[in-house]
Amino acid sequence: MAVATAPGSRARTPRLSKQERRNQITGLLFISPWLIGFLCLALFPLIMSFYYSLTRYDLIGDPKFIGFENYERLFTSDPDFWTVIYNTFYYVLLGVPIGAAVAFLIANLLNADIKGRAVFRSIIYIPAIVPAVCAAMVWVFLLNTQYGAINGLLKSLEWPTIPFLSSTGLAKPTLVLIYIWAQGAAVVTYLAALQDVPRTLYEAATVDGANAWHKFWNVTVPLCTPVILFNSIMGFIGAFQEFTLPWLLTGGGPAKSTELFVMNLYRNAFRQLSMGKASAMAWILLVIIVVFTIVLFRSSGRWVYYGGEK
Amino acid sequence: MTTASQTASVPTVRQTAVMPVRTLSLGERLTSIGKYALLVLLSFTWLFPLYWMVVTAVKNDSQVLTVPPILFPSPILLNNFADAWARYNFNLAAFNSVFRFALPVVVLTLVSSLIVAYGFAKVRWRGRGFFFALCIATMMLPWQVTMVPLFVIFRNLGWIDTYLPLVVPAIFGHPYFIFMLRQFFLTIPEELSEAARMEGASEFGILWRIILPLAKPAIAVVVLFRFLWSWNDFLGPLIYLKDEAQYPLALMIYRLQQTVNSTGNTAMAYPHLMAVSTLVALPVIIAFIIAQRTFIEGISVTGLKG
Repeated sequence: MAVATAPGSRARTPRLSKQERRNQITGLLFISPWLIGFLCLALFPLIMSFYYSLTRYDLIGDPKFIGFENYERLFTSDPDFWTVIYNTFYYVLLGVPIGAAVAFLIANLLNADIKGRAVFRSIIYIPAIVPAVCAAMVWVFLLNTQYGAINGLLKSLEWPTIPFLSSTGLAKPTLVLIYIWAQGAAVVTYLAALQDVPRTLYEAATVDGANAWHKFWNVTVPLCTPVILFNSIMGFIGAFQEFTLPWLLTGGGPAKSTELFVMNLYRNAFRQLSMGKASAMAWILLVIIVVFTIVLFRSSGRWVYYGGEK
Repeated sequence: MTTASQTASVPTVRQTAVMPVRTLSLGERLTSIGKYALLVLLSFTWLFPLYWMVVTAVKNDSQVLTVPPILFPSPILLNNFADAWARYNFNLAAFNSVFRFALPVVVLTLVSSLIVAYGFAKVRWRGRGFFFALCIATMMLPWQVTMVPLFVIFRNLGWIDTYLPLVVPAIFGHPYFIFMLRQFFLTIPEELSEAARMEGASEFGILWRIILPLAKPAIAVVVLFRFLWSWNDFLGPLIYLKDEAQYPLALMIYRLQQTVNSTGNTAMAYPHLMAVSTLVALPVIIAFIIAQRTFIEGISVTGLKG
């Protein structure tokens, strides 16, 4: 994603002319809605959130300062914290890479010389925009051990039923499958990137005797790595914050096997009213996300291709 | 994709990429058939849950519980949609979703994001690069970090159980759309606004008369996606709305599911649940089919998710 540079970014001069001073005021006035929002709804809450994370706060009384006790407790004595961390990493580390790979392969399939591309693309994309609540309702029903269509089919074949969302072993992989089902937006992004790959490169590769496999690995993949990087970062950030689908699909069960980080955070905040603990969890999540993003960016020098510039 | 041995000279190779002159070999034909087969299989898999939602919506209880599952129900009970809608006050929920939530949010987001994007793209001032970077950075900020303090602020304002916490923040623009609109504005030639400025037009005048008419495709993306996000939003309403009379559609479906779960399998529970789900998902699907190009452009340009 190249951010276009604004035209006429001027060399810095210490003194401003009358016109420039007027522009300065106009510019600030135009962005002031965002700036006020940033100060009141992002920066101030961010600072408050850190403060709350150092307190015990149940919304009824005033926040009581307790230093780093919330963090300490989470890491050492909280019964759920490490389970939730494990579940979240399981979900993210399995879901995001597999989701990206599947989306990329589907995009390649759609990019081939086929008729009805727009129709196929729409079909793959629609699940991504259907309200999560609706999608969750049908998946819960579809995968139900007693009434679900899939198990109904298995029963009629006299095969054993599969407790998709109701067994501790299968619930997480099932969530990952549903996550992949909703990756249509990534498919569309990848398809757009694929269509930007110059045809001449493939022709040149053909002349050099490359087969389809070579072309995929040596032309398609390298040229798409910037988009893959961008999508993966957004994918990781999004998956770490996943709430709605798992909340509706399993509610964290069975036996907390699908309780993801943010679900637990929400529960602590609005069910237990432990605002201090919830804030501490939010800051831990922020650190995890920032570290993850930085690592991905740092690693990108090794595998992302930026059109020959190094 | 052309594969395998191509002995023809370079110019003909170029042509085959555009219009295949030679007949396909057996291998190529098989590959092509394989691709279609795979795509059809994928499409069925991807669509099946949605299909199942719709067919279950028109079944009765005994059809729901039959083994093996019934793919094509008969009779088709179209009444289910009206019955399910009436089971809870879904009319009120739809009103809330559209008029108290989505529409105000769309209008406010659009107006504020347009103004802010103009300030970032078309006015030259010192520090705009820094502030723009800051604006982009806030997109990465996980909402959980500000969730608790925002809840406290809105609670102190007495806004719990109203739509204000969900709507008022839209006054301040949305970083995604500010980013997208700014990128779009930069593609509009500077000469146009410069000429208007020479004729004494104000900056707002330029935004309104010159930029807006040219930015219609970008505006369509904002309207569509912002509406969709509000329509689909579950968490925001879950945090701020307690009273059933305030519920938007997403929460009302959840409410219905909760009742079904807590009271066991009541009569017509699943058909009704699927019927309301269908009715709430349908406008989204229809909107997508009508405005497909806008959707696809929106995602391709910014990587926006649904």
